[in-house]
Amino acid sequence: MDFTPILENYQLYLKGLWITLQLVSLSLVIGLGMAVPLAILRTSSNPLVNAPVWSFTYFFRGTPLLVQMFLLYYGLGQMQFMIELSQQLDFLKDAYWYALVAFTLNTAAYTTEIIRGAIEGTDYGEVEAARACGMSRFQTYTRVILPSAFRRALPAYSNEVIFMLHGSAIASVITIIDLTGAARIIASRYYNPFEAFIAVGAVYFCITFTLIGGFKLLERHWFAHLRPREEVKAKGRTKDKAQQVI
Amino acid sequence: MEGFDKLIEYLPSLLEGALVTLEVAFASLAIAIVLGLITASVKLSRSRAGRFVAEVYTTVVRGVPELVLMLLIFFGGQIQVNNIGAYFEWDYIDVDAFTAGVLTIGFIYGAYLGETFRGAFLAVPVGLLEAGYAYGMSGLQVFFRILVPQMMRHALPGLGNNWLVLMKTTALVSVIGLHDLVLKAGQAGGTTRLPFIFYLFVAFAFLVFTTISIWGLKWLEKRYSVGVRRA
Repeated sequence: MDFTPILENYQLYLKGLWITLQLVSLSLVIGLGMAVPLAILRTSSNPLVNAPVWSFTYFFRGTPLLVQMFLLYYGLGQMQFMIELSQQLDFLKDAYWYALVAFTLNTAAYTTEIIRGAIEGTDYGEVEAARACGMSRFQTYTRVILPSAFRRALPAYSNEVIFMLHGSAIASVITIIDLTGAARIIASRYYNPFEAFIAVGAVYFCITFTLIGGFKLLERHWFAHLRPREEVKAKGRTKDKAQQVI
Repeated sequence: MEGFDKLIEYLPSLLEGALVTLEVAFASLAIAIVLGLITASVKLSRSRAGRFVAEVYTTVVRGVPELVLMLLIFFGGQIQVNNIGAYFEWDYIDVDAFTAGVLTIGFIYGAYLGETFRGAFLAVPVGLLEAGYAYGMSGLQVFFRILVPQMMRHALPGLGNNWLVLMKTTALVSVIGLHDLVLKAGQAGGTTRLPFIFYLFVAFAFLVFTTISIWGLKWLEKRYSVGVRRA
């Protein structure tokens, strides 16, 4: 095993790392922003409101992310209006934006269902108490339902973040030079796929476990009121949580 | 819609691809279940070294993207096999896309199923296993006759989720050149210059697989819960 070609080309990997982090964080932030209103609509008992959101999440959760990305990147490219539009707007020729849109819609669909589950898990007594205090519907959501729903959604959402990080590797298939793309370039240039992919796998591994660690800290902070007081029990609990998170 | 006649024209080739996709999915599921049962048993065993190996296995799988593992096994594995083959003077052994894809997906979901099965094993009362031993069954007999049928009810929800994710992961084998549904659709879309309708077809095919799976899983859950009364 010879890792010198990888060390010599560390800049390519760094650039790839930057693209990966950009794609993942942008899609997660925009996706989360979309998911909150969608989740509220999804909990509606009116089928006219509920059904469109349901079909959106069913489509994006039931099909592979790779196919969604191809559908946007290759599929839209065939449309006459896209061809005309990309002659005026240069950025439409860049695969990056297609990957970003695909990732965003995908994570929005998964996050919608996660938040919906958390909203539906709200104790109805809390909602009644908010009403009794004279809060409006909007206030009930922003002050009572959503804060506790986010808290309950956190373990599942941390899974979604890891899923997105790993899913972003497929951006390399549509010519984007993300982390995996960098490894594929090195592998084909030096014919050392074993070393190239092991190195990039190690980088993903480090990011994954940094994220998991970060989410554990967040959970410690937000679930502080649920931690048992005794030291011995506390140890047992955190171990259980770790297994849930992953 | 534009190109619908083209879709009909390429339908036989697409169905062939769909068959390959399903083959990959079921073959990987079989490997994943075997690996998952082994991992869960080892994690609950008394062997310290075994538990350590199982822990490393599940941790590595969780930390690395599926595509990277697949590329590693497909491209990197070929070189390693060649090296080993040269040492033992074997004939050339080809690591084809099907084998690499199935092994990778099976390897990945084996780790996830290991976690599912571990929880399910713990849900089976020890008394049942003791009763099995008391009847003179061997360890393997207790495992397959008592533990596995009893734990299936607890494992099914997790198993079902993993199956749904696994099925979608099979799309990745198109990246290493296996002629599955996604690659066939890509080729047809390329020659006809109508990729949109072909990828839309793929998306709907996956939706059909998912929907049928969800129905099947509901039926299985009902079957395995026959002996349990519901509130």
